[in-house]
Amino acid sequence: MANLKIGDQAIPFALPGVDGQQHSLQDYADKLAVVVIFSCNHCPYVRAWEDRMTQIQGDYANKGVQLVAISANDASKYPADSFDNMKVRAQQKGFNFPYLYDETQEVARTYGAERTPEVFLFDNSGALRYHGAIDDNYETPGAVRSHHLRLALDSVLASQSPPVVETPPVGCTIKWK
Amino acid sequence: MRITFLYFEDCPSHEAGLERLQQVMAEENVRAPIEIIKVETDEQAQHLRFFGSPTILIDGQDIDPAPGDAFPALTCRAYRLEDGRISPLPSPDMIRRALRARES
Repeated sequence: MANLKIGDQAIPFALPGVDGQQHSLQDYADKLAVVVIFSCNHCPYVRAWEDRMTQIQGDYANKGVQLVAISANDASKYPADSFDNMKVRAQQKGFNFPYLYDETQEVARTYGAERTPEVFLFDNSGALRYHGAIDDNYETPGAVRSHHLRLALDSVLASQSPPVVETPPVGCTIKWK
Repeated sequence: MRITFLYFEDCPSHEAGLERLQQVMAEENVRAPIEIIKVETDEQAQHLRFFGSPTILIDGQDIDPAPGDAFPALTCRAYRLEDGRISPLPSPDMIRRALRARES
C-alpha cells in the first residue's frame, strides 16, 4: 500500500535526472498537475506502457501538466536499471519528461511505491488526486477500456473529482536493496 | 510432450499467462499435463535458467530463447511481440508456433 492516501500532500524530493540536472518537485509548482510515475528500464510492464507515458506528456504539456518518472531499482542486481542505462533509454525512446534516479530509494520508500509503473497524480495544491495504473490494459493500447490517468487528468484540470481515484498498480515490484 | 510453466509470484500476469497457455494448448489439441513451478530464490532461478516470469518450456526448450546477454533472475519477463511491442506475456501465436515446432 502506498504511504500517501488520496488528498494527502505530495512529498518533496530532489533527484538527479538523465539530463544532468537536479530536479525537485518544487520546480513544477506552477503546473496545474504533476504526475509522478515510479518507473524503471527493465520491467516489461513499463516497456509496454512507456510510449503511452510519452503520449500523455505530449498531449497534456500545453494544459499545464508535468509528468516525472523516477527509477529506484537496485542497479547492482538489475544492471539494466543503472543511471547510465536510464540515460540511454531516455535517449532511445525520446522521453519528453524528466527521468530521475532515486539511488538511495528514499523517495520510493517515502511514497510507499511498490511497483513499476505506479502513478501518483497531484493537483496544483499538491494534493494526491489519483493513484494506481496508467490504464487498464498493459498489453494492447487499442484495447484499453478505461484510460485511468487521462480521465483523472481531465477531471483535475476541470477542477472536478476523478471518476476513479485509485486502481491497483500493475507491474514489476520495485527492486529494493 | 512435456510442458513446464515457471513463474515468479511478484509478477502479476502469471495467472493470465497460464490461462493463455492452456487456451492455446486446447486450440492445438495438445493434452499434455503442465508442470507448474514457482520460482522463489535467486539460486532456483539460476538452476532452472529462469529468465523471468512467466517462462514456458516445451520438452525443456524455452518457447522464446533468451538473448545471450540475459541472465537468470527473479523478475518479470519481457517478450517482444510480432509487431515489435514489448509485453509481459508471450503472444498466443508465439506459444502456438512453439507447440507446433515440437510436434513436427
